[in-house]
Amino acid sequence: MGHSEEYQKLEGKIFTKSFFILLSVVLLGFYFVGVRYVKGIGAVSNMSDGYPWGIWITYDVATGTAIACGGYAVAILVYIRNRMQYHPMIRSAILTSMFGYGLAGFSVMVDLGRPWNAYNFFIPSKWQANSAMFEVALCVMAYSTVLILEFLPAILTSIEQSKWDRMNAIRNWLHPRFAPDKKTMEDKLEMVRLGALWLKPRLNKVLIFFIVLGITLPTMHQSSLGSLLLIASTKLHPLWHTGFLPLLFLLNCIFIGYSIAILESIISSYSFKRPFEIEELSGLASLIPFVTVIWLSVVIGDLAHRNQIAAALKGDFYSGWFMTEFVLVAGGSLILFVKKCRRSARWLFISASMIVLGGALYRFNVYLIGFNPGQGWKYFPSFAEIMITVGIVALEILGYKVFVALFPVLPNMDLHGAHKKKGHAKKHKGEQSKPLPQSEAAAH
Amino acid sequence: MKKTSRRDFLKLAGATGAGLLACGAGNALANEGLQVNNEELGMLYDATKCVGCKACMSACKRVNHDYGSLSYEKAKFDEDGLWDAPSDLSGSTRTLIKLFKESEQRWSYVKYSCMHCQKPSCVSVCPVSAMTKEKVSGIVDYNKNTCIGCRYCQIACPYNIPKFQWEKAVPQIVKCDLCKSTNLREKGISACAEVCPAGAIKFGKRKDLLDEAHQRLKDAPDKYVQHVYGEHEGGGTNHLYLASMPFNKLGLPEIKPEAPAEFSEKIQHTIYKGFIAPVALYSTLCFIAVKNMKKHESHDDDHKKGDK
Ligand code: SF4
Ligand code: SF4
Ligand code: SF4
Repeated sequence: MGHSEEYQKLEGKIFTKSFFILLSVVLLGFYFVGVRYVKGIGAVSNMSDGYPWGIWITYDVATGTAIACGGYAVAILVYIRNRMQYHPMIRSAILTSMFGYGLAGFSVMVDLGRPWNAYNFFIPSKWQANSAMFEVALCVMAYSTVLILEFLPAILTSIEQSKWDRMNAIRNWLHPRFAPDKKTMEDKLEMVRLGALWLKPRLNKVLIFFIVLGITLPTMHQSSLGSLLLIASTKLHPLWHTGFLPLLFLLNCIFIGYSIAILESIISSYSFKRPFEIEELSGLASLIPFVTVIWLSVVIGDLAHRNQIAAALKGDFYSGWFMTEFVLVAGGSLILFVKKCRRSARWLFISASMIVLGGALYRFNVYLIGFNPGQGWKYFPSFAEIMITVGIVALEILGYKVFVALFPVLPNMDLHGAHKKKGHAKKHKGEQSKPLPQSEAAAH
Repeated sequence: MKKTSRRDFLKLAGATGAGLLACGAGNALANEGLQVNNEELGMLYDATKCVGCKACMSACKRVNHDYGSLSYEKAKFDEDGLWDAPSDLSGSTRTLIKLFKESEQRWSYVKYSCMHCQKPSCVSVCPVSAMTKEKVSGIVDYNKNTCIGCRYCQIACPYNIPKFQWEKAVPQIVKCDLCKSTNLREKGISACAEVCPAGAIKFGKRKDLLDEAHQRLKDAPDKYVQHVYGEHEGGGTNHLYLASMPFNKLGLPEIKPEAPAEFSEKIQHTIYKGFIAPVALYSTLCFIAVKNMKKHESHDDDHKKGDK
């Protein structure tokens, strides 16, 4: 398969001003991580015995992985629903997922009180299948591995084609005494290249099975992220505590995933000054309302079933947050029902942001805002706690920027530009490419 | 035609998945009923007998070698380290006596410590089995050598019992273990029950404690709220309470008779029974994806010849 030239590296410098700004934020965050390891979690965070999970779990893990579901959502579309025209988007989606999950894993390590005991996850006698967290932990670990495998082709391609300019530059930059001798280095690098050349076709052959695993695992752990709070029946407000939590979390991550894929593409087009991929985006956008409508109906139906509609409309603290969440998701979806809006980058941006915000707020509501452990407990994250999270997010953006410059990730503009000019012709091409196109096209 | 069937299949797969998740929610409502074991060990705390001397608190700290105990903690104003008055259970306090005062006439002490639930939420959620319930004694115990410090037990416990050592670089969870490896092993009774000078804490088997509690309710109906707290709360607990004031005023939450862990486990079990659903999902998706890939590849060959 010749997918490699579907993608291209981003031309341009890595070490820009924004790089260094991000880097300093990352460093500040890591300073506080250091403090946490020396002085305990209490020294940097406002978590307490009443609110044992703060924003590290709520944002970095529960919300961050949903935001990282772009890779999952687009993979469903491409590989399961067979919409190959979205294939160009998948690499950048997978890259963000990889960072999102990797860093969620990292914040878990910051958050865990006794991380050195985490090896117990691999000891069968310690397994505790009743625990939703056990399921989440194993799935997330497995999924992160799968994401790396899914991204490997990009790395291998660039190793294959690499002339090692950067490596040589580093070598030249190093003091001759430290630098390895030119000949041996070239030999070693050649070996790496051959290894990559050997590995790539073999990986390509089995890759699809990992890709499908990459669809199964998020389905499991995203629903389990909802299951985590099932047990808190006395603490979680009835507006959110329902047996449908797993289903709601699963649907939630899918619509967040598509919306994030849209946002990501718009933002990177904007900041890397590339044309908007409006054709793909509006296609993606037309799918979102289907998912959100199901989600919204489950929410309402469930509230009605449990006689909580009145509580939702009461106008108190909880109902306020509930309404905000609901209106954001519903409003964002309404915009997407309008065909004109789906074809405008600005409206797409607005509606996708609303949906992501609403979807993320739902997760905050479940994990923090609607969580009330009893009288006398309060929680608002401390500065250091927030900076650790911000530092982790900055690291994610930083990593993304470096990776798109080093590896072929973004859709190839030459190919893409051709599509753009042809306009309608592109669609035709997409249709021809499939043996029986009519049913897929009809689904639009 | 092939395509149509594939689409139907997809729909079916999607519907089954969603159905399963929804079914989990439905199933959780049907009660399976939990077997209550009255042979387990527990304590009966009678708030009307308690004199608030806190002997139990200091005995608990003594046997558990908790820091912050009478001889360990040094407050700024307490150079000799003779004074310790924690305001809540904490990473150094497993039991606590509190006073709830409504008026000069209406007040009550209350003792907090682990309820040793019949169906403990903390055990149900601990991902690495660091929280365990002993088969025979029913004691809910914690093992710091497996605990990863995720604090899910704290989220799950409806009584807010497990406490975390926030101030330590090497923290652990702290909670009452019914003196399992300390006083109970040495003397056959929990330290707090042993030292209580007023007989407010009775140590024994749950069935005896229940009998005793109901006897006291019958003997002095005016003295007590007619309810044994813990008999049915959250599936029943081995630590039982009698009091003269409504229990929720004493900081003991109102909890439905169904154990929260039953509810969540039922949903989890419906979704993951025998791991069939995930495997089925995986193989279905593989089937579809491989088929899609094949189609795509053949088109690739047709349209992009010479592309290598
Ligand atoms: S009271 Fe809390 S800590 Fe004690 S057994 Fe029950 S759930 Fe576990
Ligand atoms: S903090 Fe420790 S005991 Fe509590 S649930 Fe996590 S691993 Fe288990
Ligand atoms: S049973 Fe033991 S550990 Fe529990 S409160 Fe009493 S003295 Fe403390």
